[in-house]
Amino acid sequence: MSIDYSEKIPNNVDLAGDRKLQRALESWQPNFLNWWVTMGPAVPTQDVYLRTAVDVGKEGWAQFGHVAMEEYRWGVFLAERGDDRRIAFGEQKGEPVWQQVPGEYRADLQRLIVIQGDTEPASVEQQRRLGETAPSLYDLRNLFQVNVEEGRHLWAMVYLLHAYFGRNGREEAEALLQRNSGDLDSPRILGAFNEETPDWLSFFMFTYFTDRDGKYQLGTLKESAFDPLSRTCEFMLKEEAHHMFVGTTGIDRVITRTCELMREHDTTDIAPHGGIALNVIQKYINFHYSVSLDLFGSEQSTNAANYFTAGLKGRWQEERRRDDHLLTEAGFSIDLVRDGQMTQDEVPALLALNLDLRNEYVKDCQSGLKRWNKILEKHGFDERVYLPHVGFNRHVGLFREHQVTPKGDLISADVWAQKVDDWLPSEADKTHVQSLMRPVYEAGKIAGWIAPPSNGINGKPFDYEYVHLA
Amino acid sequence: MTDAGTTTQAQPSSGAETTPAVDFDREPGSYKHWKLDVDDAAGLAYVRLDIAEDGGIVPGYELKMNSYDLGVDIELYDITQRLRFSHPNVRAVVLTSGKDKNFCAGANIRMLAQSPHSWKVNFCKFTNETRNGIEDATAHSGQTWIAAVNGTAAGGGYEMALACDQILLIDDNSSTVALPEVPLLGVLPGTGGLTRVTDKRRVRKDRADVFATKSEGIRGKQAVEWKLVDEVIPKRTWDETVRERAEAAAAASSRPTGGTGIELPPLQRTESVEGIDYQHVHATFDRDRGLVEITVDGPDGGVPESLERVHELGAQFWPLAMTRELDDLILRLRANELELGTWIIRTRGDVEDALAMERVIETHSKDDWLVNEVRHYFKRVLKRLDVTSRSLIALIAPGSCFAGALLELALACDRQYMLDGTLDEDDSEQGDEAQIMLSESNFGTFPMSNGLSRLGSRFYGPGADGDDHIAKMRQETGRRIQAVEAMEMGLVTDAPDDIDWDDEVRIMLEERASLSPDALTGMEANHRFVGPETMESRIFSRLTAWQNWIFVRPNASGPDGALRKYGTGRKAEFDRRRV
Ligand SMILES: [Fe+2]
Ligand SMILES: [Fe+2]
Repeated sequence: MSIDYSEKIPNNVDLAGDRKLQRALESWQPNFLNWWVTMGPAVPTQDVYLRTAVDVGKEGWAQFGHVAMEEYRWGVFLAERGDDRRIAFGEQKGEPVWQQVPGEYRADLQRLIVIQGDTEPASVEQQRRLGETAPSLYDLRNLFQVNVEEGRHLWAMVYLLHAYFGRNGREEAEALLQRNSGDLDSPRILGAFNEETPDWLSFFMFTYFTDRDGKYQLGTLKESAFDPLSRTCEFMLKEEAHHMFVGTTGIDRVITRTCELMREHDTTDIAPHGGIALNVIQKYINFHYSVSLDLFGSEQSTNAANYFTAGLKGRWQEERRRDDHLLTEAGFSIDLVRDGQMTQDEVPALLALNLDLRNEYVKDCQSGLKRWNKILEKHGFDERVYLPHVGFNRHVGLFREHQVTPKGDLISADVWAQKVDDWLPSEADKTHVQSLMRPVYEAGKIAGWIAPPSNGINGKPFDYEYVHLA
Repeated sequence: MTDAGTTTQAQPSSGAETTPAVDFDREPGSYKHWKLDVDDAAGLAYVRLDIAEDGGIVPGYELKMNSYDLGVDIELYDITQRLRFSHPNVRAVVLTSGKDKNFCAGANIRMLAQSPHSWKVNFCKFTNETRNGIEDATAHSGQTWIAAVNGTAAGGGYEMALACDQILLIDDNSSTVALPEVPLLGVLPGTGGLTRVTDKRRVRKDRADVFATKSEGIRGKQAVEWKLVDEVIPKRTWDETVRERAEAAAAASSRPTGGTGIELPPLQRTESVEGIDYQHVHATFDRDRGLVEITVDGPDGGVPESLERVHELGAQFWPLAMTRELDDLILRLRANELELGTWIIRTRGDVEDALAMERVIETHSKDDWLVNEVRHYFKRVLKRLDVTSRSLIALIAPGSCFAGALLELALACDRQYMLDGTLDEDDSEQGDEAQIMLSESNFGTFPMSNGLSRLGSRFYGPGADGDDHIAKMRQETGRRIQAVEAMEMGLVTDAPDDIDWDDEVRIMLEERASLSPDALTGMEANHRFVGPETMESRIFSRLTAWQNWIFVRPNASGPDGALRKYGTGRKAEFDRRRV
């Protein structure tokens, strides 16, 4: 029996010529489909207007059409690169990159790939039931697009495990399907990926803040001396950009609608009018931002330093940085609490790589805030949204033991307990947001708490039938 | 262990980690330090130590007072081998000195002081193995070694005597036996001395303590009383009494008489930058990966099973030829290739042919002296592997012949990988898969130094558990066992299929190569020797380990340490803290 591999599994890794890889992927694929059916989107559909990557080139990477989701062609792609790529940092800087996993780094590389791979299906599981309350077919389609691409990202990581890590890699690939978000016995590896995404505001926040963490993690792996990992991550970053677009524009539209309702009813208390108040949006920002900061790990990390020195994981835009790329001498300034005061300290740069990455992330997050404040400004409001202090609501790192307000003041645990509902979504806020979540499945219609998008997908209008429900 | 007459400090060679290549080829005509006299009719051999002062294996020291270095011991090893294979009628061996008043002063101190750590360790390991070989000859070949200590035996000199079955000491009011390492050199009598004094000669531990700290040693009646020697013999009756004792030992020997010895011709060996090639054993170096790939060829077309033919073939008899080559390879790699930290072991040949070796050994090792020698020689070479400080990995692939005795090579390894299936699907037929086979000889024919078979060590368990497992294995002898089953039986570490084989093996080897060589050596030595201790295993696992620790401590090897200060007229300065 011959199978047209480029048809069944679009790829640019010569799957057709690699019998070993075929056998590995073929035994994995049924389990993946089984996982997709049981853990993937819960709303039954006939087909969805989706983008499928069939190639890495300009034409190939975004082909649109209605497809039945279980027939989606999850592919395997590596970004194209020149042959002469060199290691850009660490002890082996300047040497040719690796096309095979060096045994010395097998365990570390496998761990990095497994952790990244674990987040991909996790977010699909977290968002499984969201389709039941989609505010429009356009949004439903975007949710599914994000979901199938997270599925493809899982494929990308599984490809690496299958192609380069032998039997152990295959076992890890299986385990990626066996752990499930929120499962008490077998949860996803990172805590943040075990919380259900309960509503669409959370979904937009997640795609804005948490997918952005993913973008930065992929950015560090894109620098890796292990070339197949580097090229895989580079291609994933393209898709990741779309997920963040869903988040950015989603929050745009919620804020736009909030402005309209405030104007219409001349009050900030728009909950009774079916909207989401600006202070609730701020609390959601506070929550998702602070939880995402935790994903960067401790500010000081010897693991990150070891990965850097070994060439496994670089810094954001490593090659554009103008320093020695070794960091054996450099220092780095770090915020911390000492004797009850916020203060700064200087630590070896090599140990502060997680913080370096987090700082890049924080800068990037600011751009969304600017954008949303422009919407507020355009609608004539003086209120502004903002990012809370990096020490706010942290469960990982130097601020873990401290209570810090969104403005950055140190407070006692008692004061925190009194004020927490002002800063993080309260039960009442969540209940209200939940109450707004009613599905709107009619083409061209949209829920009352969110504005329609300014453009449709791929030149199609907003009222296009993006999804045919079953 | 003295090096009297020198007052200048030994110059530690500055490029201490570069050592000259060591060669283990010797033959009686070229001995520099020994004289071997064989009295075939009487069944006696006299082995006389008469060290050439200027005959050191490396420059930088003089071998005064019958003190030895590695070169001296390589010749001794050659003697022990030739006595066993070329002199079947020798039933007692007298080890004595060709120098007046001086039996042997032990290892040369200037040599030790100038040697890098790796050289010291290798030297001690080899000398230990040779001493064990002497005991093995006494126990299994009916060649009883008798030390005729005709002058002072100090340090390694007394340790050499301890390896013999009897120690006769000349009673001249000056010759002593001594272990002066602790008081004079700040190291241990590490060539089995401490262990044999208590375990073999049963010297009471408090007396052993006194003896090992008394640099001048003990002589005469007290030496007998303390069981340090068996007998003191007056000078004037020395020669006759020694001969009487030797004749008595020869008379009591089980070694069959009337045999004709075989020649041990020089090994045919091709050396190149890529490796070392013998007729049946091949080694390819991979310096980038820090490993050597060793392939042992099975017999081509089987092994003759008639005794006449075995004797006629002599050194060409495949089991003996292969064992000699493997022995030489192990010694060379250990001494000369320190950075090839992983040895991959493969075999190549037909399973049935390989098993012929077993059959000859099982059938004849009890009644034929040569077959018996081959068996014990292969046993000793396997023991060399056991104590080799390299990672040993067996790769069992189609076309290999890990069966019976050759399976011991795989079992001696730290890990065994067996290919499940074949690598080239299109070209192979069923039955081409890799197979291993157990035989009787995996159950005690080639014991390890802990007294257990390699299977016994592998499945060591509390009482019945371990025994049960071994009993089950016994039922599986003579059957071809493929990868999946071998895995289930616990005979291999992993059985990757064709998809995984290359990656699994490559990654495992690279991973291994990235680990600390010292930690690996310690870990492997711990895992290889489970369960019970014997005197032999105690010498390697305790005495040697302690000695090697002491060797790296500044109190011994530092600029002010005892090894360096010895012979300078100045005292060592110790760091007095006990650790
Ligand atoms: Fe992703
Ligand atoms: Fe994503």
